Amino acid sequence: MPQVKLTVNGKPATAEVEARTLLVEMLRENLHLTGTHVGCDTSQCGACVVKIDGKSVKSCTMLAVQANGSEVTTIEGLAAADGTLHPMQEMFREHHGLQCGFCTPGMVMSAIDLVESHPEGLTEQQIREELEGNICRCTGYHNIVKAIAAAWPLMHGRELPQAAE
Amino acid sequence: MYDFNYQKPAAIDDAVKALGSDPEAKALAGGMTFIPVLKQRLAKPSTVVDLAGLGLSGIRREGNALVIKAMTTHREVANSKDVADAIPALAHLASHIGDRQVRYRGTMGGSLANNDPSACYPSAVLALGATIRTTRREIAADDYFQGMFTTALEPDELIVEVSFPIPEKAAYEKFPNPASRYAMVGVFVAKTAGGVRLAVTGAGNNGVFRHTAMEQALSASFSPDAIRDVKTPEGDMNSDIHASAAYRAHLVGVMARRAVAACG
Repeated sequence: MPQVKLTVNGKPATAEVEARTLLVEMLRENLHLTGTHVGCDTSQCGACVVKIDGKSVKSCTMLAVQANGSEVTTIEGLAAADGTLHPMQEMFREHHGLQCGFCTPGMVMSAIDLVESHPEGLTEQQIREELEGNICRCTGYHNIVKAIAAAWPLMHGRELPQAAE
Repeated sequence: MYDFNYQKPAAIDDAVKALGSDPEAKALAGGMTFIPVLKQRLAKPSTVVDLAGLGLSGIRREGNALVIKAMTTHREVANSKDVADAIPALAHLASHIGDRQVRYRGTMGGSLANNDPSACYPSAVLALGATIRTTRREIAADDYFQGMFTTALEPDELIVEVSFPIPEKAAYEKFPNPASRYAMVGVFVAKTAGGVRLAVTGAGNNGVFRHTAMEQALSASFSPDAIRDVKTPEGDMNSDIHASAAYRAHLVGVMARRAVAACG
C-alpha cells in the first residue's frame, strides 16, 4: 500500500493507505482529525474543505496519495496552543455565523483562503459569490458573510477598503 | 471506489508508456470529474497515472496565439494577466467553472480530454479554432471533438498544450446549472479576420457543436439582432430533468445574443 507523508497542522503525519483512499478519509480515519466533515460526498457542499499548500481544496475529491508531500491545514490547526481562536473562528462566533455547525469547518477554511487571497479588499457581493462552493443547509449565509467581512480587518491588520468591484 | 495501482511519473514519456502498456490504465489530471467517476464506480482502472508531476502547467504568448499547457488550472487561467490581455473571454470562462475549490484543482487539459457535453472549455477551443498539441501530433479543434465524452485522442495520447489564436473579439455566456455551475447552455463566440465562429456547449445531444447558421448571420452583421430569428433545431438538443430540448434550444439563442452583445 502506498505510504502518504503529509505535514498536517504543522506536524508530520504518515499513513499507509490504499491508493483509492480519499484525503478526507485519511484525515478522519487514520489521523482521527474528525473536524473535517463529509457532507454531500459529491464535491458540492464544501464541508470537507481543508487547505493544501495554502489553497482551499475539497478533500472528498482528492486522493490521499495526490496530497503526498503537502502541507495540510484542517480546522483543528487554526486555534493557538492556548486555545485562542483564529480571527475567522472568533468572528463566526461573534456574528453567529453558524446554526447547526455541520458546514462550519469547511466554511471557515474556505473563508480564510478567500480573505487571504484578496488583500485588496472584498465586497459583500464577492464574498457571496466566492462562497458558492460551500453550502449551509440552515441557510445561515447572512451571518456567515458578516463574519467573513468582519474577519478581513483582523487578518490584514487594517480596515476593509470600501472599494468598488 | 475500486482500488487501483497509483503511479506518478516525472516524465511525459513515462506517462505515455504507462498508459500504452496497459489498456485498463487511466490518466488523472485535476480529478474534479475523474475522482467522482471513480467514487461512483463508473470506471474501474487497473492503474491511475497521475499527471501532476510532469511540469505541464504554464501560459505563454507565441506570436498571435496564446498557448496554455494542459495541466494549467482554471484558477491560473482566470487570474493570468497574459490571458486577460489576449483573450479576456477565456479568463471569464475559467473564472466561472465550478466553484473556487474546483478551480484550484481542475485543469484545462482534463476538461478537454474528458469532453463532457456540459463542460465550458470545449466551446472556447472550438469557437477560437484552437490547435491541440499532443504527445503525438497537432489536432485542429474541428477534428478533435467527436461527440459527447469522445475525442480524437488515442488511449496513450496526452494533451501537452493548446494554442489559441487571438481573436479580434470574443465572449462566453453560460446559463449555469444552479447547483453545480456546469453549462446547461454555454455559447462562445469569436470574431476573427477570417469570420465568426460560434460554439455551443451544454445543449447539444452529441456534445459541443458549431452553430453554422448563426456564424453565417454574424459574419454578415455582427450584432445580437442578426441572430434574433436564427432557429436552433430542438431535435439536436439534449433533454433532461434540468431543461427540456425546447428550453435548451431557446436558451442557445438567448446566450448567443448575450455573448455577441458582450463583445461590445
